[in-house]
Amino acid sequence: MNLSELIENCGMALRAVATHKLRSMLTLLGVVIGVFSIIVVMTAIRVLQDSIETSLSQFGKDVLVIQRNPAISFGGPEVWEKIKRRKRLTPDLGELIREKASLVKSVGMQNGLFSGEVTSPYGKTEPSFSLLSLTPDGFPAKTLSIVSGRALNSSDEENGRLVCVIGSKTAEALFPNSSPLGETIKMDGISYLVIGVLESKGAMLDNSQDSVVIIPLSTGMNRYGRSPWGLTILVQARSQETYNDAMEEVRGILRTARKVPPGEADDFEIFTNDSLIEQFRSITFAVRVGAALISSIALITAGIGIMNIMLVSVTERTREIGIRRAIGAKKRNIMTQFITEAIFLCQVGGIVGIALGIAGGNAAAYFFNVPPVVPVDWAIIGFLVCAAVGVIFGTYPAYKAAQLDPVEALRYE
Amino acid sequence: MSLIDIQRISRLYQMGTETIHALRDVTLQIQRGEYLAIMGPSGSGKSTLMNILGCLDTPSGGKFVLNNSDVSVMDDNALSEIRNREIGFVFQSFNLLARSTALQNVELPMIYAGVPKSERHKRAMDALSAVGLADRVHHRPNELSGGQRQRVAVARALVNRPSILLADEPTGNLDSKTGVEILALFEELATKGNTIIVVTHEEEVAQHSRRIVRLRDGLVAADEILHKNGAAAPETPVFPPIHASAHAGPPPVPPGAH
Ligand SMILES: Nc1ncnc2c1ncn2[C@@H]1O[C@H](COP(=O)(O)OP(=O)(O)OP(=O)(O)O)[C@@H](O)[C@H]1O
Ligand SMILES: [Mg+2]
Repeated sequence: MNLSELIENCGMALRAVATHKLRSMLTLLGVVIGVFSIIVVMTAIRVLQDSIETSLSQFGKDVLVIQRNPAISFGGPEVWEKIKRRKRLTPDLGELIREKASLVKSVGMQNGLFSGEVTSPYGKTEPSFSLLSLTPDGFPAKTLSIVSGRALNSSDEENGRLVCVIGSKTAEALFPNSSPLGETIKMDGISYLVIGVLESKGAMLDNSQDSVVIIPLSTGMNRYGRSPWGLTILVQARSQETYNDAMEEVRGILRTARKVPPGEADDFEIFTNDSLIEQFRSITFAVRVGAALISSIALITAGIGIMNIMLVSVTERTREIGIRRAIGAKKRNIMTQFITEAIFLCQVGGIVGIALGIAGGNAAAYFFNVPPVVPVDWAIIGFLVCAAVGVIFGTYPAYKAAQLDPVEALRYE
Repeated sequence: MSLIDIQRISRLYQMGTETIHALRDVTLQIQRGEYLAIMGPSGSGKSTLMNILGCLDTPSGGKFVLNNSDVSVMDDNALSEIRNREIGFVFQSFNLLARSTALQNVELPMIYAGVPKSERHKRAMDALSAVGLADRVHHRPNELSGGQRQRVAVARALVNRPSILLADEPTGNLDSKTGVEILALFEELATKGNTIIVVTHEEEVAQHSRRIVRLRDGLVAADEILHKNGAAAPETPVFPPIHASAHAGPPPVPPGAH
C-alpha cells in the first residue's frame, strides 16, 4: 500500500464515519469504555505511585530501614499474630550493628513518641504534629538538613538534654514573626529548647515531614520509655556498590543477635526505598489485572460490534466496491481499505477513551493535591490495542469485501 | 495485430440445473482507434461481452488476446492491473463514488496505479478540463447534473490513458440533449484516436460510431461498417477494409444464418 492510498483510505474512513455519525458513535462506545477503564486505572495508580514514591523518598537512597513490623502488608489475622509475637527492636541492636558491621557508614535510630499540639509563647500548632526522637546519625539517613541553628549532636544524646530541632511548619506556626532559636516550646507537657530548624521537605502527599519536633533518643527514652510504634533503625551503607552486601551483613548480625534459627524467616523487616516501592507495585498489581480484564472484555464486545457494523458497511457499499474493482483496485486494495476503516473507527473511540481516562485518572491527582500525570506509555498501548482490535475484527468484513465478484458488485442495487 | 482479438468465446451461467448461454460463440477483432457500437435486443449478451472485454469477467471458453497478451489465463491481480491501465469504463448509472468530489473520483484510478500526488492532481485537472468541467472539480456527484456526472465518469475512464474506452449504455440515464453532448464528446475522442466501444440498444446512438456489431442470443448477428457520409449502414456484414488482412479467425456469422 502506498502513501496516497493510505491517505485516500483514511479520507474514505473519515467520510464513512461522518456519514453515519450516530451509528459510528454507538459502535464506538464499547471501544471508549474499554480504553477508558484501563487508562483511568493506570493513570490513577500512577498518580498515587508518584505521590507515594515522593513520600517514601524521605530516606536516603543508600539507607536500610529496619523495623519490627512491615510497612505495608495484606495478610490474614494469622500473619498479624505472628508479627505481634516478634520481639521489639532495641537500641542495643543499633549499637551492635554499629560495632560489628564493616560495610556500614553510620547507624541512626528513631522512635515515634507522641502526636499532638505544640505550643510556644507566640502560638500553637494543630493537634497533628509529631514528636520524634532521633540519634545524631539519623539526620543524614533521613536526609534532614538544618537551615538555622544546629542539628542534635552526641553531647545532646549522651546527656539526654531537653533540646529539640523543629520542622519548618512547626517553626512557622509557633514563631510567625521571630527566630525560634533559643526559644522554648512545649509538647506533651514538657518544655524543650529549640536549637535548630529543619529545611522544608515540601513533600507533596503530606507535609508530616515538616510538622515535627525532634529530640534526642535518650531524652525520649527518659520521658516515654519504649515507643508505642517501635524503634526504627536507619543504617547508611558505606557506598552504593556495597549496599546489598551491607544489607546481608546487617541481616546476619540481627538474626544472630535475635537467635533466629537457620532456615526460618527473619523476625524483623529490612526495607529500602526500592523495596517499598516494589511492595506498592505488587499491591496495585491486582487492581491493574482487574482493569485489564474489564477492558479486554469491553474491547472484545466492542470488536464484535465493529465487525457487525463493518459487515453492514460492506453490504451497503457493494456497488462502491464494484466501481473500485472496475477502475483497477486489486483485492488487497479493497482489503486494506476496509481494514484501515475499521482501525480508524477504533482509533476514534480509542482517542476519546484515552482522553477521558487520563482526565478521570487525574481526578485522583486533584483529590490528593499532587501534580497530574500523563501516562504516555499507556496512551500508546491504548492506541496500539485499538489498532489491533480494528485489524482483528475488521479483517473478516474486509476479506468479504475483497472477495466480491466485480460484475455482481457493480450490478448491486 | 488487433488491439482486441477474441476467438470463439462463450459465457455460461449455471442457474440450478439450467445453463444459460449469455454468450455462445463470439469471434471478433477490434483495431486500435476504432469507434464501435455493440447492439442487440435485451438479454442478447451485450453487457456480458462488454464485461469480458473490460476484463471484469472471464469467458467460460475461448481465447481473448488484448494488446498481444492472453487475458484468458491471467489471475485476478493481473486483470486488475489491465483494467487500471488499459480499460476505461463508463456506465449507464455513472457509478461515481457519492462521497467523493469530481476531482477525487478522477484521481482514484491513478491512486491504484501509484501515480505521485502532484502529477495525479495535474492529470485529473486536465482530464476534467478536457470534458469541460474545470469549474466543477470540487463538486460531489449529487451537486452535478446527469450530463456532468457522465463527463466526470468519462474523465475518470480516460485519466490513465487506457487503450480502450468501454461504455455500457452511456446515454441511457440522460435526456436526449445531454445524451447528444456525451456522444459529441465520444466523437471528439474518437477523432483523436481513442478506441471506443459503446453498448447501446438505441439505433441513433449506434449511428455515431463507425462500426456496429449486432448480437442476438449470444452470437454475432451482424458486423457492419458505417460510411461516414451520414448514409445508413449497409445490411450486409462488412469487415473494416483497412484491417481486413489482420483477420485470422472465422468470418462473422452472416445475418442470413438466423
Ligand atoms: N449473473 C448472471 N447469472 C445468470 N444469468 C445471467 C447473469 N448475467 C447475465 N445473465 C443472463 O445472460 C444473458 C445476457 O445478459 P446481458 O446482461 O449480457 O444482456 P444485455 O444484452 O446486456 O441486455 P440488456 O440490454 O437488457 O442490458 C441474459 O439472459 C441474462 O439473464
Ligand atoms: Mg446490459
